[in-house]
Amino acid sequence: MKKLMLGNEAVARGAYEAGVSVVSSYPGTPSTEITENIVKYDDIYVEWAPNEKVAAEVAIGASIAGARSMSCMKHVGLNVMADPVFTASYTGVNGGLVLCVADDQGMHSSQNEQDSRHYAKASKILMLEPSDSGECKDFTKKAYDLSEKYDTPVFLRLSTRVSHSQSLVEEEERANVPLKDYEKNPQKYVMMPGNAIKRHVVVEDRIAALKEMSDSSSLNRVEENGSKIGVIAGGIAYMYAKEALGDKADFLKIGIVYPLPEQKIKDFAAKHDKVYVIEELDPVIEEYCRSIGIDAIGKEVFTLQGEYTPSMIKKAVLGEDAPEFDAVDEPIPVRPPVMCAGCPHRGTYYVLKKLGLVVSGDIGCYTLGATAPLQSVDTTICMGASISAAHGMAKARGKEFNKKLVSVIGDSTFMHSGITGLVDIVYNKGNNTVIILDNSITGMTGHQDNPTTGYTIRKEETKQVNLITLCKSIGIDNVVVADPFDVKNFEKVVKEEVKREEPSVIIAQRPCALLPNMRKKYSGHCKITDKCKKCKMCMKLGCPAISLDGDTVRIDTTQCNGCGLCTNVCPFGAIEKED
Amino acid sequence: MNIMIVGVGGQGTLLASRILGKVAIKEGYDVKVSEVHGMSQRGGSVVTYVKYGEKVYSPIIDRGEADLILAFEMLEAMRALPYLKKGGKMIANTQQMNPMPVITGAMEYPENIKEKLESKINLQAVDALSIAEKAGTIKAVNVVLIGLLAKSMDVDKRIWIDTIKETVPEKFTELNLKALEMGYELK
Repeated sequence: MKKLMLGNEAVARGAYEAGVSVVSSYPGTPSTEITENIVKYDDIYVEWAPNEKVAAEVAIGASIAGARSMSCMKHVGLNVMADPVFTASYTGVNGGLVLCVADDQGMHSSQNEQDSRHYAKASKILMLEPSDSGECKDFTKKAYDLSEKYDTPVFLRLSTRVSHSQSLVEEEERANVPLKDYEKNPQKYVMMPGNAIKRHVVVEDRIAALKEMSDSSSLNRVEENGSKIGVIAGGIAYMYAKEALGDKADFLKIGIVYPLPEQKIKDFAAKHDKVYVIEELDPVIEEYCRSIGIDAIGKEVFTLQGEYTPSMIKKAVLGEDAPEFDAVDEPIPVRPPVMCAGCPHRGTYYVLKKLGLVVSGDIGCYTLGATAPLQSVDTTICMGASISAAHGMAKARGKEFNKKLVSVIGDSTFMHSGITGLVDIVYNKGNNTVIILDNSITGMTGHQDNPTTGYTIRKEETKQVNLITLCKSIGIDNVVVADPFDVKNFEKVVKEEVKREEPSVIIAQRPCALLPNMRKKYSGHCKITDKCKKCKMCMKLGCPAISLDGDTVRIDTTQCNGCGLCTNVCPFGAIEKED
Repeated sequence: MNIMIVGVGGQGTLLASRILGKVAIKEGYDVKVSEVHGMSQRGGSVVTYVKYGEKVYSPIIDRGEADLILAFEMLEAMRALPYLKKGGKMIANTQQMNPMPVITGAMEYPENIKEKLESKINLQAVDALSIAEKAGTIKAVNVVLIGLLAKSMDVDKRIWIDTIKETVPEKFTELNLKALEMGYELK
């Protein structure tokens, strides 16, 4: 029987059926559930690596050693893993190697909207793109065959709507894929100039062979409906186009994004009066069409930004309006994501805002400290940048500015790429204050373990990286651990450390409120008593459970988890906990 | 059939859409369920789509295309209104949850949403929160609403019961079946 599966779950199933035996990834929305679903299969070694570069190198090593391997990431994770990947294109593979990259059109949970398809062309690596869960599984299996046949890593490009939509998948048996023999082969695997020059020739020959394959492969297929309108589309955009146009257009469905099928595109274009390229984000297919002399319509009618919809396509291609709808003619307050009730970061930001500090921020739940009413975070660039960017700020503006400056970074993000920035500060005589927000988990992506939690992805106990020892060992003499919910002490610690003319690290330690242990620890609710002077100090916390009803502060017991932070902030002791 | 489920992160909209998706498969349809994880879950607006029929291509629903909207919260019901097809039906939980702009005082929570919606569309508004509380926990609000939805769909009740049993952890089965029943029996 067919099963309803998330696209990500189907990729994991495909990896299992393809006989994959090693998977290493770093979590990142919308790619995380691929690796989480791999955990279901005992036959596969799976791990969370500290970052995407490490993850890719683990997968590349496993491939060289003869295993079918995989690494999964979000689009910005591909930037982190780009270095090994560009050279893995030269070495090729032994066991099949598939790199799954999930783009986030519409930026549901990302800091940019980059189009990963550019990487395929830049690194000269074959890229496949499925359109639904069934294809996620099939394309994953196909990717391993192609990887080994053409001696190349293969990208599997996903997107939020493919990764996070469920559709039907037929399960099959796992293939028995024995390890390939390991043979020392420095000409292939030692990429120094003398060898790499020869491998570049191999890469170009491989691309020529892959172009032929792309032209003959059923992954790029024509669907004829006898229309004079031709549509070229792949991925989720193909599904939108099919729904919008049905049999009013012919389709060239692109499953191989790179290299594109030149002859197939030319033949398809020749048969149609008008050819549209429908692709979200950048005009990758469209520009290729132009380069082979085909005047396709693309970004002149479709946007470069965000997600497409079927009605947008219907309007652009057929000139048909979207259906009518009702609306209420008044402003509707937006509901942005917020830090949860009980979130440990709330205590930290309450203090940072109170002290009026410049906050160099990072990527995680705590990025939400940029939003009202806490509004503490000044910058967010990429994973790890909080520390190195603050070092740059301090070097640019000097000592006095630095006394008003802190970096904030989560435990997992610090492991990912914060450590090197801290080393830079020590080495180059910086004196920044870095706050590591240690909530004992990788929060934003949905509670993944990391090197500081003491557990592996399979929940086996393991050595725990000790943040205090780590920071001290690289030369930070001042490491202070403080509970951000003890706001008085936390404020005192921050004041002391920013004044210090030496680098320092504050470890703000309190576990995520959604962790099972904390759910048990927090109980009851907080209550406003008649001692309330309506000073509204508690409103500054931005707790979703506390709101104003006219002039009166109320605590919503369906949202309050009794964490008690507000009781520590009220200057009149007017908030009490009750069971 | 296009069904849209809207609510606030943490209310259990995802479970509701998964149950609905499974029921549609059992009825022999092609099904797509679209969710968004990550940022949108942190107390923000959450939208999921469940589409089924002979063949479904796009996993998303456009404005004016939803046959049915299941809203877990009134402000989200109001926000989702443009997605309802002309002549479609909305089932809404009368619960109100203040979003951050209301909490900070930058905006007001709109008044009389129920009446405003009723003047335009076919709305069934119920206090699912207190029903869930009677069933045993306010967390079962999603299953109460599923029960209500089940009543307005042409699917054997047995299938809903079986699907709940398969989907929720065993220790919560009894509670959830009670919540389903209470939702189903609402007028």
